[in-house]
Amino acid sequence: MPILSLITYAPIVGVAAILALRLFGKADDPRAIEASKWIALFTTLATLALSVLLVARFSPGDKGFQFVEEMPWFAGLNYRMGVDGISVLFVLLTAFLMPICIAASWKSIEKRVLEYMIAFLILESLVIGVFCALDIVLFYIFFEFSLVPMFLIIGIWGGARRVYAAFKFFLYTLLGSVLMLAAILAMIGISHTSSIPELMAYHFSPTVQTWLWLAFFASFAVKMPMWPVHTWLPDAHVEAPTAGSVILAGILLKLGGYGFMRFSLPMFPQASHQFTPLVFALSVIAIVYTSLVAFRQVDIKKLIAYSSVAHMGFVTMGIFAGNIVGEQGALFQMLSHGVISGALFLCVGVVYDRMHTREIAFYGGLVTRMPWYAATFMLFTMGNVGLPGTSGFVGEILTMAGTYGVSTWTVIVAATGVIFSAVYALSLYRRVVFGTMTNAKLADITDLDWREVAIFAPLIAATLVLGVQPGLIMNLTQASVDHLVSAYQAAIGG
Amino acid sequence: MTFSADLGLAYPELILAIGALVLLVAGAFAPKAARLVGWGGVLLLAAAAFQAATGPFGRGFSGGIIADDASAFAQVAIFVASAIAIPLGQPWFERRGVHNFEFPVLIVLAALGMGMMVAAGDLISLYVGVELHSLALYVLAAMHRDNAKASEAGLKYFVLGALSSGLLLYGASLVYGFAGSTLFIDIAAAVHNGAHTGVLFGLVFLMCGLAFKVSAAPFHMWTPDVYEGAPTPVVAFFAAAPKLAAMVLFARLLAQGFGGAIVQWQQVLVVLGLMSVGVGAFAGLAQQNLKRLWAYSSIANVGYAIIGLSAGTAEGVQSMLIFMILYMIDVTGFFACLAALSRQGKSMESFEDMAGLFKEQPGIALAMTAFSLSALGLPPFSGFWGKYFVFKAAVGAGLPVAAVLGLVGSVVAAVYYLRLLKVMWLDAAEGKTDAPPIEARAIGVGLALFSFPLVLAALIWIYPAAGRAAHAFGLS
Repeated sequence: MPILSLITYAPIVGVAAILALRLFGKADDPRAIEASKWIALFTTLATLALSVLLVARFSPGDKGFQFVEEMPWFAGLNYRMGVDGISVLFVLLTAFLMPICIAASWKSIEKRVLEYMIAFLILESLVIGVFCALDIVLFYIFFEFSLVPMFLIIGIWGGARRVYAAFKFFLYTLLGSVLMLAAILAMIGISHTSSIPELMAYHFSPTVQTWLWLAFFASFAVKMPMWPVHTWLPDAHVEAPTAGSVILAGILLKLGGYGFMRFSLPMFPQASHQFTPLVFALSVIAIVYTSLVAFRQVDIKKLIAYSSVAHMGFVTMGIFAGNIVGEQGALFQMLSHGVISGALFLCVGVVYDRMHTREIAFYGGLVTRMPWYAATFMLFTMGNVGLPGTSGFVGEILTMAGTYGVSTWTVIVAATGVIFSAVYALSLYRRVVFGTMTNAKLADITDLDWREVAIFAPLIAATLVLGVQPGLIMNLTQASVDHLVSAYQAAIGG
Repeated sequence: MTFSADLGLAYPELILAIGALVLLVAGAFAPKAARLVGWGGVLLLAAAAFQAATGPFGRGFSGGIIADDASAFAQVAIFVASAIAIPLGQPWFERRGVHNFEFPVLIVLAALGMGMMVAAGDLISLYVGVELHSLALYVLAAMHRDNAKASEAGLKYFVLGALSSGLLLYGASLVYGFAGSTLFIDIAAAVHNGAHTGVLFGLVFLMCGLAFKVSAAPFHMWTPDVYEGAPTPVVAFFAAAPKLAAMVLFARLLAQGFGGAIVQWQQVLVVLGLMSVGVGAFAGLAQQNLKRLWAYSSIANVGYAIIGLSAGTAEGVQSMLIFMILYMIDVTGFFACLAALSRQGKSMESFEDMAGLFKEQPGIALAMTAFSLSALGLPPFSGFWGKYFVFKAAVGAGLPVAAVLGLVGSVVAAVYYLRLLKVMWLDAAEGKTDAPPIEARAIGVGLALFSFPLVLAALIWIYPAAGRAAHAFGLS
């Protein structure tokens, strides 16, 4: 059974169903709108079930690619899919977050609901495709096309400056990825293969590696995003609808980290080693600088967006540490950030749906009216800060531990970021949730309803389970990470 | 070779030439049967395409006409594109009160000229082919006689086209004078061991003349005005097939005639290509009229095709052919969509007119989205594959800087394609559009389906076919 193609294209079935509703029915028929939501929810849940099945059948001891599908295409390209311990993790994360996004949009999206659901389902299909693709051109297709649904999600259902944010998002990312395309073309020209496993085994000469690495770096650094090309992210987050922010922070940013681990490190090891100081420097700047910037924000979403940049700094630092602890930490940090930042954006969405503002000063004293919300928000704030017992702690400590032996100074500076994150996250929490309720408009704000509880429950469970039992994930990724690190260390002679 | 064998090579052209004359006479005597003449034209083009695909290969008329994989490949594409233009254009003119049978006849004559261009084996048939198709196009551009803009477009096209024909002829005579022959193979022998300066001089003039025809910068000035003024279905026709014909002629002339001077023409092509990409991308940003916008987009796209050609390898020519085929489909489809749209009888041509189109006409808006994304070069649409092969060839031929600059140009151009998307999807609708005519909508949506997803299957066939065509030019 071609399970990877099945998972990748399962959402397209839902797209076809909703498209039929749209083209053959009336756009504003309330029954069609209701039906489209259920179709989307059902499709994403079915995809989740399939990915759980995938993980269950995945054999963690195997370092190579599994469930490989291969079919010749044209011009020497292949339709080739497969997962290893690294990518299977992201497939699961995507499938896990998508039903939550659909549920979170249930009431807050009021216009063009059918198109919205279609955009999300297409996005899910594309992102899963990115993680499963084993042909570099196929990867590029999925990677690049995922811009379009996100462009529309921000552009159509976003806030006041949505058009500006959508263009900025699209053009920044496009510029990065065309450079990557040039590098991909050069790689195929030199090695005469487009297969990712074969490219991983191919040795490019060091000068070529330098250029290729830089081109890939342009793409992934924008996607990640790393300082100083992060400026599209706060705009995109602020303008995107809640579920759009969840996907952006939860999954799309991870494409950058995944790219570093899939391409930069194994294919250009010498160049990666050579540029490690640069990456460390940018990571540290991201951690410290954006943490400080986050502290000064007046918009809740923007604050969380900047905190995302800071957390991604730990990821790049861990990846380029080039050892097992660093890689495992980076992977875990990406997974945990996907859950926690997604949840934080949902927390913002809860109050935004009720009050239609994200200004921090507007709120205060919510704990008296929304005790359950306050508790939930508290948990995820702690996760964001990296409190032991939550998943956020594991990723941060591992990336720092992994980097310590490589560059002690980097870790010493990065560690201050842990303190800064506590400063901005706790002060946000204090200003929004504690204090006395001075704003009269907040007087009859309601606590979480059953739908919101259902949305948060799996996220809370994930944060806590991963926090106390990280081995669940580490076992899955172990063999692939070992393989990656040993190949990298052998190539750089370390 | 015997005379009958010579004729056998020219069957596609003969079918069109004799058929066009028959149609002209039939139309003159039965002016009411214009539709019938139109279908007759479609039939002729289909027969010629079939003949081109299955016909014998070889050199005929002492080398003046070449029938090979390349000419067959290009002729099939050109004849099919011309056949689509007839049902797209004729009803459009009838709805505007222009009832005439000349439209299909002119399309067939233009197709004949283009068929000759791609099969030309010497400078004479090259010139005859170019002139025949150009003259038909000038008339087509001015077909909408009562419309001042259309007449202006026709005149402008004619005057500048005549200038380019002059350049072409001047170059041809220089080449003939210094190389001693008009045949491509003889010219190739003359430039084999380094070309004489006089020949190179002539080559540059020839290249300028052809650059005019494909509207490559800096010879692009006529394009926006002509595209804006000419009737939309006519633009759908002459933005597509003539470009392919001229590019194939370009490739054949350079590969078979001037293969020895590759170092010289390669640099000219790189400059032409990059200038076109730059002009197309940056000047397009300032446009408000969609027809002008797509004129600049076509300038940029021809630039990509020229970059592919500049690789100077079989892979480069192959990439250029694939690029042009895929681009033809995009541009025809886009203008078919534009031809389908009107609001209270008035054509919709500007950005503002497209506001909220997705609410009004979801099918056409989706098709135009597909064409825009394809022209932007976003995978997996057809335009991406065109760029993919072109830049792969350029990188493979040691032109990575040209490839990177071209790709960066495509990011700049992305701004205006996205702007169109934004207007169609994000902005609010302003009033109802008329029900789109069935034929234009069918062509637009059908070609959009080719742009994605059919292209992913079609390339399995197009890729090797273009490869065989490219090898017919004898490049390595």
